[in-house]
Amino acid sequence: MSILLKNGSLKGEKNVDILIENDKISKVAPGNSLKDDKAEVIDLTGLIILPGLVDLHTHLREPGREDAETVATGSAAAARGGFTAVHAMANTLPVADTAGVVEQVWNLGKSIGLVDVYPVGAVTIGLKGENLAELSAMADSTARVRIFSDDGHCVSDPVLMRRALEYVKAFNGVIAQHAQEPRLTKNAQMNESELSGRLGLTGWPAVAEEAIVARDVLLTEHVQSKLHVCHASTAGTVDILRWAKGKKVNVTAEVTPHHLFLSQIHCESYDAKFKVNPPLRTDDDINELRKALAEGIIDVVATDHAPHPMEDKEGEWSSAAFGMTGLETALSVVATAMIETKLMTWADVARVMSEKPAEIGQLTEHGRPIAENEIANLCIIDPNASWKVDAKDTHSLSTNNPFHDMTLKSKVIHTIFRGKFSMKSGQVQK
Amino acid sequence: MKKHLVSAHDLNKDEAVLVLDTAKELALISDRPVKKLPTLRGRTVVNLFFEDSTRTRISFEAASKRLSADVINFSAKGSSVSKGESLKDTAQTLQSMGADAVVIRHGSSGAPHLLATRNWIDAVVINAGDGTHEHPTQALLDAYTIRKHLRNSEGDLNGLKVAIVGDILHSRVARSNAILLKTLGATPIMVAPPTLLPVGIEKWNGEFSYDLDEVLPQVDAVMMLRVQQERMSDAYFPTTREYSRNFGLNAQRLKTMQKHALVLHPGPMNRGMEITAEVADSTNSVVIEQVANGVSVRMAVLYLLLGGSNSETGENN
Repeated sequence: MSILLKNGSLKGEKNVDILIENDKISKVAPGNSLKDDKAEVIDLTGLIILPGLVDLHTHLREPGREDAETVATGSAAAARGGFTAVHAMANTLPVADTAGVVEQVWNLGKSIGLVDVYPVGAVTIGLKGENLAELSAMADSTARVRIFSDDGHCVSDPVLMRRALEYVKAFNGVIAQHAQEPRLTKNAQMNESELSGRLGLTGWPAVAEEAIVARDVLLTEHVQSKLHVCHASTAGTVDILRWAKGKKVNVTAEVTPHHLFLSQIHCESYDAKFKVNPPLRTDDDINELRKALAEGIIDVVATDHAPHPMEDKEGEWSSAAFGMTGLETALSVVATAMIETKLMTWADVARVMSEKPAEIGQLTEHGRPIAENEIANLCIIDPNASWKVDAKDTHSLSTNNPFHDMTLKSKVIHTIFRGKFSMKSGQVQK
Repeated sequence: MKKHLVSAHDLNKDEAVLVLDTAKELALISDRPVKKLPTLRGRTVVNLFFEDSTRTRISFEAASKRLSADVINFSAKGSSVSKGESLKDTAQTLQSMGADAVVIRHGSSGAPHLLATRNWIDAVVINAGDGTHEHPTQALLDAYTIRKHLRNSEGDLNGLKVAIVGDILHSRVARSNAILLKTLGATPIMVAPPTLLPVGIEKWNGEFSYDLDEVLPQVDAVMMLRVQQERMSDAYFPTTREYSRNFGLNAQRLKTMQKHALVLHPGPMNRGMEITAEVADSTNSVVIEQVANGVSVRMAVLYLLLGGSNSETGENN
């Protein structure tokens, strides 16, 4: 079976025809120049072609919280969002802190076959921040783990963080840190600001993130390892990252779509669908994060897709769960925040949502150039679409989507995963 | 008036004055041998208390009963709430019981706001204190008390200065008072050590200070807030002694205040901590009176929100 994609705009730069045979791109030629009678022909005139999107930060909840999400439903949501690879965070039940659990997740992903699911391994046993998990065993497993994170918890003990950074050098791993100083954020509910004072919600100061990022950057430089900063959310974090990159420290960072788009003002509604860790920040933070992403100070966009069942999100703010879904809206939010504002081009989006995340995750078959003999992982976008988000219209098991009722620009139309449509004309191919 | 009273922001100046004027009328009932009006006969008021607060609950209970409403006390302890029933389910239960008003006290900031805005319930929602957010009827009773003494129970509080002293950071009383005093034309001055003032206090309406002694001579009233014991262990201040020395109201400090100045406290008082017994029992203190005024003000709120008409407050009823 082969597919001929006609006259799509490659990263918004030039029109091309792409012939896909089996799981590979076999030909790339100028727009409307190829013919193939046996191939399924899809006209992409007016549409943008990017490499399949890669998410470094996804919560798929399986094993343990299959009421919120499963690898199957999360994979479907990912395919719908244009992703061909996702990294499944380790905070499952049991925690992904052994070779057994990461292999289970890896195999589940394979058997579903809508997207490559790369497990992230826990840094410490049970995410408890006490003892290192068997990092090397996870790295050597069939899941081939390279990214380790206690996400949801900060590896706050500086000695443990140092050891983790050192230890993963043996297999070229990276520690993805959830930067949150625990003592400064005890019972914290939202960004600390005049607004948190007014709403009577315990403040979550920016410094609680920045202090850890600064410390980790220094540790990383000292032990010559690799650090990835999860969900950067403050202007101060951007300053530290800029400094660190100036010093050639081996640090990368991600920002979520929601931190590029939503400010703390939404907390005024006390609607817990806006409750997230790290919290929504100020307009100034949003502006700095956008600029940093365009500039490359922040390397990638990662969704931090965090599904939660309704009962964990509809009650009073302080007892609600942290987190929001994001796989299906990520591309559109980034396009609205970065393309509509002329801060980035489609080639930049390819960089921050596919090429760079694949590089950080050390993936060899994602985020690659769209060229002959490459694996055909593609994301095809209508750049002129304008659509209203409906939280209930989702492949995720959860509906905690903060963009509900908001109008976004651009939409993923097709996703091609390893040479086959995983989503075609908006329909996930199950 | 808005349908609900969730925040002191829900009242504009005219509405706030109307509540105080109505409370003044209704206070007369309390002086009668039969302390009851038929105004809310057949209406059901639910006191939904997720947090212990005997004082506030009995104040609302007395207010409802004096207006002849049926009162249901629903306290979280001993109910299904402690077994994990959600706010939504509780609300829907009250809805099917036909509650006309729900007076809610909740440990989580914003819970009354959810109840008022999520369409779980048709009833009027009255915030009786939520987390560290607001406590609007406390602010109303404080304003009523100040107005009675310093404005002869007429009009607004234009030109008055009121110090609010203590744990502003965690105080719902302080928040509601800061808003309502401003609405009524007064100037609130927040006084506390910097650790107990919220980040961004400089953007609040009103003034703030770290120096009680500097503020006291300027003000027409001082509101002393209760200092919770647990603030000590969280290092908000070094010792209770030091706190008391800098922010406690004692007889010497009282002497620096203007003769007419009032001393208020929402209760319960830590005598010897934020206020000395001598001051609490002085002629400037209106602490005991605040309790009685609380009932009148809450009657006024219930009366106005549940849509009683003016004629019903008349003597003939």
